[in-house]
Amino acid sequence: MKIAVCLKRVPDTTAKIVVGGDGKSIDEAGVKFVPNPYDEYAIEEALALKEKAGEGETVVYSLGGESSQETIRTALAMGIDRGVLLQSEGSPDGLVVAKAFAEAMADEGFDVILFGKLAVDDYNHQVGPMTAELLGLPCVTTVAHLSVEDGAVTAEREIEGGVEVSTCRLPAVLTCDKGLNEPRLPKLKGIMAAKKKPLDVKPVELAAGSIEVLGLELPPARSEGKIVGEGADAVPELINLLRNEAKVL
Amino acid sequence: MANIIAVLEQRDGALRKVSYETVTAARLLADTMGATVDALVLGAGPVSGVDQVAIYGADRVLTADHQSFGLYQPDGYAATVASAAEGCSAIIFGATATGKDLAPRVAAKLGVGYAAEITGCTVDGDHLVATRPVYGGKALQKIRLTGSPAVLSVRPNTVPLAESPKEGAVESVAVPDFETRVTVTEVKAPAGAALDVAEATIVVAGGRGLKESENFKLIEELAAAFGDAAVGSSRAVVDAGWQDHSTQVGQTGKTVSPNLYVAVGISGAIQHLAGMRTAKTIVAINKDADAPIFKVADYGIVGDLFEVLPRLTEEVRKAKAEG
Ligand SMILES: Cc1cc2nc3c(=O)[nH]c(=O)nc-3n(C[C@H](O)[C@H](O)[C@H](O)COP(=O)(O)OP(=O)(O)OC[C@H]3O[C@@H](n4cnc5c(N)ncnc54)[C@H](O)[C@@H]3O)c2cc1C
Ligand SMILES: Nc1ncnc2c1ncn2[C@@H]1O[C@H](COP(=O)(O)O)[C@@H](O)[C@H]1O
Repeated sequence: MKIAVCLKRVPDTTAKIVVGGDGKSIDEAGVKFVPNPYDEYAIEEALALKEKAGEGETVVYSLGGESSQETIRTALAMGIDRGVLLQSEGSPDGLVVAKAFAEAMADEGFDVILFGKLAVDDYNHQVGPMTAELLGLPCVTTVAHLSVEDGAVTAEREIEGGVEVSTCRLPAVLTCDKGLNEPRLPKLKGIMAAKKKPLDVKPVELAAGSIEVLGLELPPARSEGKIVGEGADAVPELINLLRNEAKVL
Repeated sequence: MANIIAVLEQRDGALRKVSYETVTAARLLADTMGATVDALVLGAGPVSGVDQVAIYGADRVLTADHQSFGLYQPDGYAATVASAAEGCSAIIFGATATGKDLAPRVAAKLGVGYAAEITGCTVDGDHLVATRPVYGGKALQKIRLTGSPAVLSVRPNTVPLAESPKEGAVESVAVPDFETRVTVTEVKAPAGAALDVAEATIVVAGGRGLKESENFKLIEELAAAFGDAAVGSSRAVVDAGWQDHSTQVGQTGKTVSPNLYVAVGISGAIQHLAGMRTAKTIVAINKDADAPIFKVADYGIVGDLFEVLPRLTEEVRKAKAEG
């Protein structure tokens, strides 16, 4: 079984966000970067699928600058066999990223292509299904439960008030949600081995996009809240405020 | 004349509330652009509620009927929306589980970019300029959609419903040939499927401060007192197995924008805030006056939730009864 995983380098979710000098992106100074948390579920699933199949290859792809090599090495340390960096500059829109992945993967004969459900920087939740569409492959998004038997896929995803069950055949594209698995931590041995695993750096020319970033702002600070009071005695005043000030009751 | 398509959403043959928000959003943009609004509904057989969308400003209601469209079918739906969208200037989806799955497929078919989960949109010359939260709501991005059509999804509860009655003439549209790659076979509803946190206008959320699973009934009672409220939870209580993951609010759970969010016994970790900081009014009940949740709360009560909650439930009930 040949499996691809797309892994994005993103700021740690606890990082303080400061708008950069260009007014459009974040100031990266002092920000710790990590593998996108949802992509870790994808990595774990790739490893588990290969282990179950008893044979095959797992390949991690990342699109971005030089620094994404470090992120790829984390995946290699977790057990992924090799890495590909589609090296490029800028922050392309989702369709542009999908086009680059689709082109890079079109002739690779992957049985499964895994994505995270969304990247925690842009919150786009789109690159997976777009790539699938461009490749003409079946796609189930935000998968929280998966079974693959003899090329038949059954996937479950959470929808409002229920769980949607889908079936398809391999090859397929899946985007991974929390709950799918528990990502393993890299072991020291894996970290050592990762240094020797192949990491192919391919410069790519990105297509023109159709989403232009005009600016990035911090959200308006929430107006200083007030402590209504202490204990149950404060309840009547809270009710009054909810009714007459916030007008939500 | 320019035309905007609002993609509606049905479940079990009934329109979902978010559909009216999508039509309202389309109408607001259409009025600025001098465009018409087509509301597109995909289903198997009649869908109840479609006669209501004219009230929110649909000039036409387009129905795409197919025997397989009772449940959401990604390939058939995407092909149909892409075909109905021919020549339109914008396609608007609700950013629900279905909308977020469908919109990027349609955008890719049409070869245009997609603005996900926007919370605001204006018209700038020939283009739409949208605002959307990024970095878990820690920043707002402003983007211009230069593709044609513009494809976007609107976060539920961010567009207040506004009436703007139009004719809403119903027309059926053809379902094109499509290849079914994925089949949705069923929707399993959890027992007593409640209002979803991501869509409710009031959310009462509980955290580890509740001490044990059974105490969540205090949260449920307050939600019931409000009437139309959903129960939410922090990750700590989901990990502890007290609540289902479907109720989790935050970075690895759902993003909610209700009119009222009541956080009870929740400390307000950054990952929790990522999911609820865009709520219009936030109430926090916590015994620790220094809990970070008070930094984002509009109204806070410092105290023991086991004393505050029963009283609050009682007072909300009273207030509701008074009307
Ligand atoms: C990658 C990652 C993703 C995460 N994603 C999420 C997410 O999606 N959602 C999420 O919620 N968390 C998430 N977390 C976890 C988050 O960091 C916190 O651990 C979690 O939100 C804490 O839950 P809590 O507030 O219920 O518990 P605690 O932090 O333990 O807070 C309990 C609160 O209850 C108060 N309390 C206790 N007893 C009483 C009482 N009798 N009366 C009143 N108040 C009382 C305490 O003062 C305290 O403030 C994530 C963490 C990581 C690392
Ligand atoms: N630059 C990138 N490099 C690698 N993977 C990416 C990149 N951008 C998006 N992805 C993948 O696509 C998923 C969804 O991202 P997004 O649509 O940007 O929210 C992520 O979880 C990754 O799996």
